[in-house]
Amino acid sequence: MSAEHPVARADDIPVGEGRAHVVAGQQIAVFRLRDGRIRAVQATCPHAGGPLADGLIDDTVVICPLHNHTFDLATGCSATGQPAIRTYPAHLDDNGNIIVSVPQP
Amino acid sequence: MTNPQRLVVVGNGMAGARAVEEILHRGGDRMFSITMFGDEPYGNYNRILLSGLLAGTDDADEIFLNPVEWYRDNGITLHAGVRVVRIDRFAKLVLADDGSITPYDKLIIATGSRPFYPPVEGMWRDDKTLTPGVFGFRTLDDCAAMVHHAREHRRAVVIGGGLLGLEAAHGLRVLELEVHVVQSAPLLMNQQLDTQAGHVLRRSVDKLGITVHTGQRLTAIRHEDIVTGVTFADGSSIDCDMVVVTAGIRPNVGLGIVSGLTVERGIVVDDQLRSVDDDDIYAVGECAQHRGEVYGLVAPLWEQAVVLAEHVTGHNPQSAYHGSRTATKLKVAGIDVATMGLKQPEREDDEFVQFSEPRHGVYKTVIIRDDRLVGATLLGDVSKVAFLMQAFDRGLPLPEERIQLLFDIGTPAPSVGAAELDDDAQVCNCNGVSKADLVARVRAGERTLSGVMNATRAGKGCGSCKGLVADIVEWAAGGKIEDDPAANWYVPCIPMDKPELMAEIRSRGLRSVSAVFAELARDGRPDAASKMALTSLLRMMWGAEFVDERDARFVNDRVHANIQKDGTFSVVPQIKGGVTTPGELRRIAEVAERYEVPLVKLTGGQRIDLLGVRKENLPKVWADLGMPSGHAYGKSFRTVKTCVGSDFCRYGLGDSTALGIAIEERFKGLESPGKLKLAVAGCPRNCSEALVKDLGVVAVEGGRWEIYVGGAAGAHVRKGDLLTTVDSPDEVMTITGRFLQYYRENARWLERTYAFVPRVGIDHVRAVVVSDSEGIAARLDAAMQASVAAYRDPWLEGENPVTPGQFRTALPLIVLPRVPVR
Repeated sequence: MSAEHPVARADDIPVGEGRAHVVAGQQIAVFRLRDGRIRAVQATCPHAGGPLADGLIDDTVVICPLHNHTFDLATGCSATGQPAIRTYPAHLDDNGNIIVSVPQP
Repeated sequence: MTNPQRLVVVGNGMAGARAVEEILHRGGDRMFSITMFGDEPYGNYNRILLSGLLAGTDDADEIFLNPVEWYRDNGITLHAGVRVVRIDRFAKLVLADDGSITPYDKLIIATGSRPFYPPVEGMWRDDKTLTPGVFGFRTLDDCAAMVHHAREHRRAVVIGGGLLGLEAAHGLRVLELEVHVVQSAPLLMNQQLDTQAGHVLRRSVDKLGITVHTGQRLTAIRHEDIVTGVTFADGSSIDCDMVVVTAGIRPNVGLGIVSGLTVERGIVVDDQLRSVDDDDIYAVGECAQHRGEVYGLVAPLWEQAVVLAEHVTGHNPQSAYHGSRTATKLKVAGIDVATMGLKQPEREDDEFVQFSEPRHGVYKTVIIRDDRLVGATLLGDVSKVAFLMQAFDRGLPLPEERIQLLFDIGTPAPSVGAAELDDDAQVCNCNGVSKADLVARVRAGERTLSGVMNATRAGKGCGSCKGLVADIVEWAAGGKIEDDPAANWYVPCIPMDKPELMAEIRSRGLRSVSAVFAELARDGRPDAASKMALTSLLRMMWGAEFVDERDARFVNDRVHANIQKDGTFSVVPQIKGGVTTPGELRRIAEVAERYEVPLVKLTGGQRIDLLGVRKENLPKVWADLGMPSGHAYGKSFRTVKTCVGSDFCRYGLGDSTALGIAIEERFKGLESPGKLKLAVAGCPRNCSEALVKDLGVVAVEGGRWEIYVGGAAGAHVRKGDLLTTVDSPDEVMTITGRFLQYYRENARWLERTYAFVPRVGIDHVRAVVVSDSEGIAARLDAAMQASVAAYRDPWLEGENPVTPGQFRTALPLIVLPRVPVR
């Protein structure tokens, strides 16, 4: 089971950037892609705890700002040999709210 | 499935076993049922290490290349300790001394060599057995017997002062025997070394406590039950209780002769290593003679084994061996020796460069013909061997100053070459990548430098190891490295170099990063890894017209501070030329206390760094400091170090402090392909380290200023090149601006000036920047002026954030690895 959480307004996240939020007790980096989609992944890089919300992104990956480790925003897989990061389903609802689904324990 | 062919290998030494390994590597286990015969009752071991075994530096267990289990695991039938005595070529059988008869379809002869024993009285007890106390030095058993005998005896004579003889002498010396080396030639290692080198080597050998007798020909070995001494042609003699004979080797060709193969010095083979008489019989290693040459070194043997395997497996029937250029690097008795090609000049116009320092046991020569290296000898110091071997093998272009072939003179060169690095040597010290990691990627099929770098992350840290990474990749690929078209692209997602890309951007009027992606990138897709470089380029090209998209900036440039390992930031206010005031210092101190800054540190650039500031506090910190940004976070103009100059310093020739402040004032924050660190020194004592800066200015007598460019003293160390000397601070400003703009327009992304200047060439840079050879000086000056005019202190954004949540923390609650607080 997972629950949907409204996290922020779309306008709170500049296009092409990410912001970190605490959702249901979990640290999540939420990104607003330039193509309009929303992506949500764990907030810290598994390599050295870098803040992924501060990373550069494109429509598929985020690059950690500390050591340039790269992760697929949809699958969480690393292109640079790190363990995969957690991903969360996320979308924009009709009212302009960013909704992130977090599994319930 | 058809029955596999029967492959029989006669000889289980380094050549035979290597050939089989190469065959297995090409799927030979499915093609052949393999039988091997070895004279010695062991698996295959590394004969080269026997001297180490004798000296006790190597262990008997460690010298095995293929232990007996290897044969079993690979389905090979091994007859160890069995000697093949004849080949019946017509019935295709091999007959061995244990009475066995083994049929073959393909046969490989790899019988190697045996020691040569000079025909002197007293050498042999009977037809087969040496006089007790007399030893050859060829096999594991020889070595074990020598060690055993040495324990009970005290004085050894080694007959033969070649490579093997010196190795034996060294080993026996380590075992604390008194050792004499007797050489019939006037020099040691006369096969490899010229007269002078031989003398230098002799001095070094003397120092090891080994007594050398040259020009002495052995005539008899005296003995009672065991050896008692040796006698020479001049009637002199040495009493001893041990004799080691290392007077050369002879190929084992008896089997070839009795089996009717053509034998000269070795079994004569064609370019596929086949006997010239029989297409089903190959010969490889020391017993084979190819184009008149018989090789006694291991490298040619590896090359032969590859060709043989390619051919016998049908993997590449065109594969051909064309002979080897022999280059060797070894340690003889603990002394480094490398030789290749000629040992002395042969023609009148051969260039011969020679260095000799006998006291330190160093001797070096190179021989050059028609601008190609044709020979080299290095004794005692082999630091240049990697380059010389490559130059010798591949005919690389040679430096104009030939002495650079013998020594590293002020030029940046990897201190160790690719070939001789240990496998576990760490090459990339930032990301912990070893030579073996790189080689493994190449073996796995990666053939481009960038592919290997991406896969291993080597060279992706500070970048100072890139040259060595490139060398290793090229070496591992045997020179078969593929040109990487992407190597010259400015960014990975657009197949254009910088000039092409700039022309395209200008002609299409692309003023934002997203517009560049849409028009020029593959499928119009944005690429995160290209954003920062494009932001820098567009800002440089368009100045005030640049359409700034914040998501295309790296986080440092979004929040104007340098991100730290725990996600906090460092704040460095501008302190021009390193000159500050009590008032500024007081404010900095107050800010540090107010925001509980964990670490306050003086930087290498004469500024003050407040480390560990939380992102959400940045605007308040800036406001309370009331100082402009010092730009210690971007790929941009960073700082100008100065010395105290002429106001106070009693040596100062020029007012370096004022000039440094003026330079920093004019060019502060200017974005560039790599960061720019500058310095101004008031006299040639150079207290501000101006000679190792991206651009350094040095006051000299007569009111003049020298300008150096391309220096570095970080991950890479390089003294800057003198660009020009000018007469006034105004000219310094002009030339500095012009050089910086030329660098901004022409350097690759992240290419620091220390790489850019040598790549373009200081002469060319000087021609453009000082002499205006391309007629672009006025344009460069104007472009720089436009960039300077567009400058705005980014810390003013603290009052009016540009994006929502610009200074929102990205690490909300979690405890991250913290920088320890001092």
